[in-house]
Amino acid sequence: MPENFVSDRLARRRLRHVQERIIEFILFLAACISVATTVGIVLILLRESYVFFQQVPLWDFLTDTQWTPLFSEARYGILPLLSGTLVSSAVALLVAIPLGTIIAIYLSEFAPFALREVAKPFLELLGGVPTIVYGYFALLFVTPLLQKIFPELPGFNLLSAGLVMGVMIIPYVSSVSEDAMRAVPMALREGSYAMGATRFQTALRVVTPAAFSGIAAAYILGISRAVGETMILAVAAGMQPNLTWNPMEPAATITAYIVQVALGDLPYGSIGYQTIFAAGLTLALMTLFFNVLGHALRKRFRQAY
Amino acid sequence: MVGTTAPEVSAAAAAGPAPVKKSESRNLNFFYGQFQALKDISMPIYEKKVTALIGPSGCGKSTFMRCFNRMHDLYPGNRYEGQIMLYPDNTDLLNRDVDPIEVRMRISMVFQKPNPFPKSIYENVAYGLRVRGHTRRALVDDKVEEALRSAALWDEVKGRLGDLAFNLSGGQQQRLCIARALATDPEILLFDEPTSALDPIATASIEQLIADLKEKVTILIVTHNMQQAARVSDYTAYMYLGELIEFDVTDTIFIKPKNKQTEDYITGRFG
Repeated sequence: MPENFVSDRLARRRLRHVQERIIEFILFLAACISVATTVGIVLILLRESYVFFQQVPLWDFLTDTQWTPLFSEARYGILPLLSGTLVSSAVALLVAIPLGTIIAIYLSEFAPFALREVAKPFLELLGGVPTIVYGYFALLFVTPLLQKIFPELPGFNLLSAGLVMGVMIIPYVSSVSEDAMRAVPMALREGSYAMGATRFQTALRVVTPAAFSGIAAAYILGISRAVGETMILAVAAGMQPNLTWNPMEPAATITAYIVQVALGDLPYGSIGYQTIFAAGLTLALMTLFFNVLGHALRKRFRQAY
Repeated sequence: MVGTTAPEVSAAAAAGPAPVKKSESRNLNFFYGQFQALKDISMPIYEKKVTALIGPSGCGKSTFMRCFNRMHDLYPGNRYEGQIMLYPDNTDLLNRDVDPIEVRMRISMVFQKPNPFPKSIYENVAYGLRVRGHTRRALVDDKVEEALRSAALWDEVKGRLGDLAFNLSGGQQQRLCIARALATDPEILLFDEPTSALDPIATASIEQLIADLKEKVTILIVTHNMQQAARVSDYTAYMYLGELIEFDVTDTIFIKPKNKQTEDYITGRFG
């Protein structure tokens, strides 16, 4: 008998082998689509931004306080758009993070089962409302309301857009946070109650820290949504680039600028057209930064039960 | 003492000073929704003694133990009937006007699986003090050290009180949970199968700890392991299908039980 003899009953089945390889390949292709899309977007952003930065020095882009690429005397400072983005996001997060967290704590630790089953889908419906609806809600309802309190508030402003955006983001924050809290094992809660803790103490001192990595992920998701939100700001915040940290003023965000320019009739390849990509790259880098931060937080605070 | 239907303990108990009742269940019934999990249980818990609850899975021993600190209140649909008296208060713990949080402040619990909180070693032990509103650093420091010493953990962790509790081994985590339960000076300590998730060496150290702790505190322990009950307890109760079959001094239960069912279980013919 030859040394590397394999009995028929144990021999590798060729057909099964081929089937396995085909399935594996199909799964691989499916995974490639999302990776390829991301890589494609990044490549295009980088390539077009490269063309832009051939004509505009990076230093000017980062430090100039004017953003007027469509004027005859064009200036290309990203700061006004950045400030608009940051201020509107900050307003939104000041609404969404506290409210979202409180709602999550309530639903996970206090609400009776029946109420939670009803409240959660309704809350998630908030996230399903088209953002253009929120935009006009901010412009036509919230702004006039705010003007009763602050009569000098302009018709377009970051405050109203930010507040409404915050409401839109609440379900993203509360839903993911609540899932994280519900995943905390009952044994930990019982341990806390057995020490004589109240429900509130248990929720705050045991469940919340135990779910921290998931809650941090929820916050990061909220931040990414706020930074990337377009429609509400384009409609309700005005589209004038304005370097300000005051939410009571109108201003353009990076996304609002992109949508404004992309809808205009800029010739392909002009410097004005290239600004879209430079602004887009800035936005992508910001979101990337927050995602990396979120990933790091999750790894740092992850607990296995 | 107050009139009682609890089974009287055999003559063997008469040796030494007469035990004092710390607590006592009287005709206790307990229901999970429609299901009756405990049937008419009456037995005493003696002060500064270890009382073991044994019986096959599902016999209601954990359910019985969790009545003492009102843990069943956490879930809807649970119902108690009867009384659990606590002495010297002479108060029924199951009374509607009794605050379960006050009960849990005096009756602590250690669980089957170690369940340290996602906090530092120090903050785990200090937790009970914190929820009672103690903030004075010196007082908390003292209590934490005392509890960790009582739980035989101090020497192993004194240099790293700020470390996360999850970094400890399983046996250390369970001793940490014991320290946490001790830090508030409870009168009764409930152990729900405290060694079932531990290896034999960690188990031996917990058993030693229980033997030392009964100097200070009344202990009620649920265990699956009959040898463990024989080793650590002064009194043993055998339960089956929600009923208390026999309660007596541990030696009596293990050497000459009065009830045939108990004898079958002890000798391994059943269960």
